[in-house]
Amino acid sequence: MPLSTGDLIGLMADNLRLRRSVLPIPTRNVTRWARGLDLPRGGTTVLYTGQMYQLIPYIERLVRLEQHFGESWVSRFTSLGRRVNRIVNITAFMAHPSARTRAPYDEIPANVAHLLTQAGVQFGCLYSDDLYSGALAHDLGLDDLVAEQARRVRAVFAKHGVTDVITIDPHTTNMLRSVYPSLIDGFTVRVRSYLEVLAEQSLPVRTTLAGEVAIHDSCLFARRENVLAQPRDLLGRTGITIREPAGTGRSTWCCGGPLESLYPDKALAQARTRVAQLQQVASTGVTMCPLCLVNLEKGAAGAMTFSDISHYLRRAYAPQP
Amino acid sequence: MTILNPDLIEEIGHPEQFNATACMNCGVCTAVCPLGLEVLPRRLFHYAVLGLEDRLLAETEAVYSCLLCGLCEENCPAGVHIAENVRSLRSYLNHKVYGL
Repeated sequence: MPLSTGDLIGLMADNLRLRRSVLPIPTRNVTRWARGLDLPRGGTTVLYTGQMYQLIPYIERLVRLEQHFGESWVSRFTSLGRRVNRIVNITAFMAHPSARTRAPYDEIPANVAHLLTQAGVQFGCLYSDDLYSGALAHDLGLDDLVAEQARRVRAVFAKHGVTDVITIDPHTTNMLRSVYPSLIDGFTVRVRSYLEVLAEQSLPVRTTLAGEVAIHDSCLFARRENVLAQPRDLLGRTGITIREPAGTGRSTWCCGGPLESLYPDKALAQARTRVAQLQQVASTGVTMCPLCLVNLEKGAAGAMTFSDISHYLRRAYAPQP
Repeated sequence: MTILNPDLIEEIGHPEQFNATACMNCGVCTAVCPLGLEVLPRRLFHYAVLGLEDRLLAETEAVYSCLLCGLCEENCPAGVHIAENVRSLRSYLNHKVYGL
C-alpha cells in the first residue's frame, strides 16, 4: 500500500508550520558550505541558498524510506507518524544522510561564493537565518503556510538590512522574485540569480575548458524567470561546446523532480524520458537546479553523467590555486 | 448519477487567478504534457467549471501528479493559467479531502 498523499502533505505542512521547513535539517548542516569562506553576516547584499542544495540529500533519504515502507505494513502507520512528528521531529531523525552524501551538495553554494568573490561582488550570507523559501509547499497549494513563511523571510531580511538577494537555485529565485510579492505586501527586495549577476560582470576566463555538454534548462528558470541567455553565455565562454537537446530553452522538458516527494516512481519515469533526450546530443549533462541534478542522475543510472553548472564555472572563472 | 455543486468554482477560490473558464478545450495542453494522458488539465478545469465535484475528487491523484512545469501554459492559445489553476485545485483538495 503506498503512503497516503494526505499524510505526506500533512507531514510537510506540520514541519513548515512548526519548524520553518518542510524537512527541517540541523542548522550546522544548513551553514556547513560557508565554513572557511569568512563571509560577513548580513549586509545589504546577501547570497541566499534557501537551503535547497543542502536539503537534497535529506529529501533523497526520505524518498528511499518512503519507497521502502510504502510497500510494507509500516505504511499503515503514517497517520500515527504524522501525529508523533508534531511533537518530535521524526522526519529529520529518519532522513539522516551521511557527511559523504551531503558534501557534494555543499560544494555548490561554495562554488557560487567563490565565483561572486572573483567577480568583485560584495556580499554576505545569513548563516542560520538562511531560511527555506517554502517552494515545495507552494507547489502543493499550502498557500497560508507559504505566506506565513514569506513573512518570516521578510522579517529576516529586515533584521539584517538586506536590500539585494543573490539566489542560486531556480525554486528560491522564483519564490522570492515572483511569488512573495504576490503573497505579502511590502516585499521590495531585489532578487537575482547568481547566473544573472555573473553574466553582468564580464568575468575573464582563467582556465579554458574543453568538451561538450547537453544543457538541461530548469522549467522555472526558462519559463518563469527568463534565465536562459546567461548560463549559455557564461558556459560558452569557458570553451565548452553546448549541445541543445530536443525540448530546450522555453520548451524545456521537466526532469520529473517536482513529483518526487509524492510519486517517486512517476518522477523516475519522467527522468528516464528526459535523460534519453539529453543522451541524443552528449554523454554529459549540465544542470542549474538541485532537483534536476539529483533526479536526472537517478534517471541515468550511470549511463550519463551530470554536473551542476557552478562546477564548470568555478573551474573556468575561479580556479583553485 | 452526477450531482452538481454550483458553488464548486467559488469553493476552489482564488477567483482572480483561477481562469478555467478561458479554456476552449483545444487539447494543446494534453498534446504537449510530458506526462501524456495522465493529467488532462482541460478535463479537470471542465469539472470545476461545470460543478462536477465528485468527478474532480475522483481525479485527486491526477491533480497532485502535475509537474507544474508550465510547458502546457507556454503553448496554451487561450492564456489559461494552467499551473496556477492546478495549484488552486490542490489548495481546494488539501482542505476538502485531507482536512489541511
